[in-house]
Amino acid sequence: MARALLNVPKRIRRGDVFEVKVLISHPMESGQRRDDRGAVIPRDIIHQFSCTYGDELVLRCELFPAISANPFLSFHVRARDSGTLVFAWKDDQGASHSETLAITVE
Amino acid sequence: MNRALALAALALTVVAGVGAVAEKRSGYLDAGPQTRAMQDDDTANPAFLWVQRGETMWGERPAGADGRSCQDCHGDAAQAMRGVAARQPAWDAATARLMNLEQRIDRCREERQGQPRLPPESEGRLALAAFVGLQSRGLPMSVAVDGPAAAGHAWGKALFETRFGQLDLSCADCHDRQAGQRLAGNVIPQGHPNGYPIYRLEWQGMGSLSRRLRNCMTGIRAEPFAPGSPDALALELYLAGRARGLAVETPAVRP
Repeated sequence: MARALLNVPKRIRRGDVFEVKVLISHPMESGQRRDDRGAVIPRDIIHQFSCTYGDELVLRCELFPAISANPFLSFHVRARDSGTLVFAWKDDQGASHSETLAITVE
Repeated sequence: MNRALALAALALTVVAGVGAVAEKRSGYLDAGPQTRAMQDDDTANPAFLWVQRGETMWGERPAGADGRSCQDCHGDAAQAMRGVAARQPAWDAATARLMNLEQRIDRCREERQGQPRLPPESEGRLALAAFVGLQSRGLPMSVAVDGPAAAGHAWGKALFETRFGQLDLSCADCHDRQAGQRLAGNVIPQGHPNGYPIYRLEWQGMGSLSRRLRNCMTGIRAEPFAPGSPDALALELYLAGRARGLAVETPAVRP
């Protein structure tokens, strides 16, 4: 499955505050559920997420178990220059993922 | 005078017509505002993770000597698949039975692509169905219930109205007679299949109409129809016919 859907407005003008929307494909297993045989299903959630814009860290957050599968994050960034948004996240499996999105500032 | 009467009669007809259409109510309207907001925004609708996968699969050539992609035969999905999902399930003359969209995908994979079928409720099968379904979004549900499909439709109607299971309930008991009332905290929807495959919050994932019907049937403690069986297809056809005129919402989000 597509790993993430990343969206910013089609047109971004310098100085504008624009919305960044991120939808990540992830089961977000809470660690509270049991399988058919009664064994606890190990927790597997994205516990850390960050977004950098150029050299600047614009968002860093910790995530906790009460978040649904395929989490949706939305936040606002002020447009400075054209560049790259880098999204990075870590889950309980120890895997680090990152996706990039180039943005053009008019 | 006559003209005034005629106009009044026409106005009444129009109102009656509108009333009849308005009585059909998509499950979208019975969902909460947050759920509706998820469906309204394609960038917030998790089903688009599957749609994106389906779009990739549409153009992928399977490995093998005669590997043709969906695109190779059908061309651009936006044109070739427009309206297709709105007409499913439909009578298939070659096999002389009703077939739904997922079964058509299965057949294409086996006969045209020489690939094994994608398992029911697998990511790939749902992804392709969601991508194909999306091409009909906004079009009215327009399944054929006459001609060779008439017998299946009649059988589906009979099943819809038959009481099943330990709770001794028929589909009609809830979705015709109690629609709009509440079952525990939830509004009972009319049960129109106009957004499948759906992203269901309860599932935390995507599922087909077949999965939803299985949920409903186990809910009334009945034995579900085997997926893809003539009974299941007849019921799917009756439901699709019952929803005729409603806009396709695929991929819908439901609670």
